[in-house]
Amino acid sequence: MFAQWHVWNSHLRRLHGARTWFYRLCRGPLWGALLVAALLAGCQPLAAPPPSETATPTPLVLASHDSFNISEEVLARFEREHNASVQVLTLGDTGTALNKVILSKDAPLADLFFGVDNTFLSRALAADIFEPYESPLLAQIPDDLEMDPQHRLSPVDYGFVNLNADREWFAAKGIPLPERLEDLTDPTYRGLLVVQNPATSSPGLAFLLTTIDYFGEDGYLDFWRGLKENDVLVTDGWSEAYFSHFTVGSGGAGDRPLVVSYSTSPPADVVYATDGRTEPATVNVFPPGSAFRQVEFVGVLKGAAQPELARKFIDFMLDVDFQSDIPLQMFVYPANPNATLPELFVKFAQVPPDPVIFDPAAIEANRERWVQAWVELMTQ
Amino acid sequence: MMQAALYALPILFLTIFYLYPLLAILRVSFGASLTEAMEQASAALRAPGFWRVLWFTTWQATVSTLLTVLVGLPLAGVFARFDFPGKGVMAALLTVPFVMPTVVVAPAFLALIGRNGLLNAWLQRLLHLDAPPIQLEQTIWLILLVHVFYNVAIVIRTVGGFWSALPPTLAEAAAALGASPQRRFWTVTVPLLAPSLIAASLLVFLFCFTSFGVILILGGLRFATLEVEIYRQAVSYFNLPMAAFLSIVQLFFTFTVMALYTRVQARLSRTLRLRRRAFARRPASWRQWAVVGLALTATFIGVLSPLVALAVRSFTLGDGGPTLVYYQALGENLRQSAFFAPPITAVRNSFVYALATLAISLPLGVIASYALAQSRSRWAAILDPLLLLPLGTSAVTLGFGYIVAMGPLRASPWLAPVAHSLIALPFVVRTFLPALRALDRRLREAASTLGADPLQRWWTIDAPLLLRALLISAAFAFAISLGEFGATLLIARPDRPTMPLVIYRALSQPGLMNYGQALAMSTILMASTALSILLIERFRLPQGEEF
Repeated sequence: MFAQWHVWNSHLRRLHGARTWFYRLCRGPLWGALLVAALLAGCQPLAAPPPSETATPTPLVLASHDSFNISEEVLARFEREHNASVQVLTLGDTGTALNKVILSKDAPLADLFFGVDNTFLSRALAADIFEPYESPLLAQIPDDLEMDPQHRLSPVDYGFVNLNADREWFAAKGIPLPERLEDLTDPTYRGLLVVQNPATSSPGLAFLLTTIDYFGEDGYLDFWRGLKENDVLVTDGWSEAYFSHFTVGSGGAGDRPLVVSYSTSPPADVVYATDGRTEPATVNVFPPGSAFRQVEFVGVLKGAAQPELARKFIDFMLDVDFQSDIPLQMFVYPANPNATLPELFVKFAQVPPDPVIFDPAAIEANRERWVQAWVELMTQ
Repeated sequence: MMQAALYALPILFLTIFYLYPLLAILRVSFGASLTEAMEQASAALRAPGFWRVLWFTTWQATVSTLLTVLVGLPLAGVFARFDFPGKGVMAALLTVPFVMPTVVVAPAFLALIGRNGLLNAWLQRLLHLDAPPIQLEQTIWLILLVHVFYNVAIVIRTVGGFWSALPPTLAEAAAALGASPQRRFWTVTVPLLAPSLIAASLLVFLFCFTSFGVILILGGLRFATLEVEIYRQAVSYFNLPMAAFLSIVQLFFTFTVMALYTRVQARLSRTLRLRRRAFARRPASWRQWAVVGLALTATFIGVLSPLVALAVRSFTLGDGGPTLVYYQALGENLRQSAFFAPPITAVRNSFVYALATLAISLPLGVIASYALAQSRSRWAAILDPLLLLPLGTSAVTLGFGYIVAMGPLRASPWLAPVAHSLIALPFVVRTFLPALRALDRRLREAASTLGADPLQRWWTIDAPLLLRALLISAAFAFAISLGEFGATLLIARPDRPTMPLVIYRALSQPGLMNYGQALAMSTILMASTALSILLIERFRLPQGEEF
């Protein structure tokens, strides 16, 4: 029932293949006990070497964050074409997943990792966990999405963190949608906005970064002081903000008609509607300088058991088939412009006119300081 | 010899799956340079934020525990002393909050007592108020309230279970000597209950001390516990030395509390003539009926109403009136996802893990309890604190420890029941041990005199008398696994989803259909938890009811 032996097998191969890994294990004083426990737990395949027939699919392990998704059919096509069997492991939210991959550097958990975003790019590159690979398909991908000249990380998708508003709520109250970020500190918008904590949430951090970009390092805290006085609500994560407090997302239980979310949330509101609506109840609001561009990358892990197949998988992720699957599976935009966008995306997931594109190195260098200053201000 | 080998088993388990990964991550975090680590530590101690966090963590856990006991003890008494229709179902339902993810419970609470909640709307209409009278959102009160909601079952079930086995003869003797009911309660019942009451309080305290989701989701950012701070340091800033230092502080506190507990516990235990069958009667007078009614109403309002609100929403979310659409959607692969699983698969996966958790934690817990009950055993001194430490350990830290230390077991599905067992073990021991300590030695001696061999003695004396305690601990172990405690520890396999995983995945994208599916899956989680706990507690030994 628990059998997913190919993963075990891949680990076994890694055991024989990578000498550092094996050395480390032998040195570990508890390795023997661990093995006994594993055997006790009924994992007989550990004892029996895997049969290496040509017909056996090659195991490939992809590690990612909790939001990774893919169509059954698209994944099956890759597996058929390359006689592979893909095991996906999800390691937590974006930050936790990356940290786990970094910690397992000496004995990689997987062959490749998808889900480093531009806010964590510097940390990922500094940890030196990825092998360079310049996929031929990168030629199709716009240059401004590529952020690592050594091609250790390749861009797969991008999205925008921005304000979403409850269209009907604003129409009914006769309040105009905010046109500038400064409007949010105006008494008209008192108690209307819910945002996420940048210390625990990635859209929260993205929104904080846009305010730093827009108001400057000297001015962003003043803006947030204004927001605080205007009764902004802060939640720890996106789910709580959207489903508990946002009027649309909570099905009417929440009391906040403005939320920090994604520019692709409106099409999701139609795809996952229950009343057959053809237009979303939410709209994107783009006051100047208020949208943050997030890019997600994939890379082959150093010490991968199947580096060749992992590179094939990166080609596959950048190719049109997978890229066209991205919008409705993960609700972000495909990096490859040749991919087909669903009509809902064209209609309702507008691209903001002037997104903030932040230097990843500046984010990594200042994150703690900026967030800490923000936390101190907001908790005073 | 045989016995020593047996007692070594729980220690071996904890060493491999707890101490080893913990030490491994601490070593990695502090790196080679101890001086650097010391510098980090002294910097942390000087920061004013550190003391604020430590103070808040401690006092909120203390107050939450006191409140939980205050609410739980009378209810435990009602459950122990009275028999009433639907008691079994009620007891099973009480365990349900335990398995519910905070992310779905929080909106249910807000739907009831939030600014726009039912209670406020009702009060506003009744009293003609303009502003909602109850303003609990993002206050400490809401945190305390939800801590009581989550943990009251621990007090009701463990203390109630022990209470129902107490012989009524002592209290009856006191009554015959003219003691008032109050006096009887304070001088007879409370001292007899003390071991179990303190054990339950300790578990509640540790849960609140390491509280994470409740604080984050309901507290807003003004409140941070050590656990929240460890997460921020480890994940957001990747400052592992600081995270490791904070984890050690957390462990140190856990250890201190446990040392205090162990001393008190040893002094309080006494041998009792435990009863085989629960001493519970139908309420005899209208006053007793009133007490039972009041207790049940309070339980319903406090513990069950958020759950009912949640279940109701799973059928009514959206504008279209009552609907089954969210349940139907659970069974359809709407987005042709490779990780789709029908609800029955998720239920089955969860149950397999939960049964495996029972298979690991019950035998180990019982063995550990016997080792601890022989207070002079040298195993006891090591085992007692070791058993409880996992409860007071940061899940983020231990999760990273698994990544560093567990080798090929890291991605194995078998690690899930193992990690659940780390949390379940203290529950098994803390529920089972008070009953075991109270077991009358003379019964065993009598059995031996009559020629029973040890196994026979255990089967005829220990097993029937301790069954109730064992079943309650089994219920907790099962629930802990179903609720995926410490899920952050593990690497998830999206192709093998459990019920909580389905809930989290549904909540990762916008849209009412996703929200509705999360509510529907939560309702299935509640129902299957309640049903399985009912079944577990129906279990009876084959040698029959009578002595």
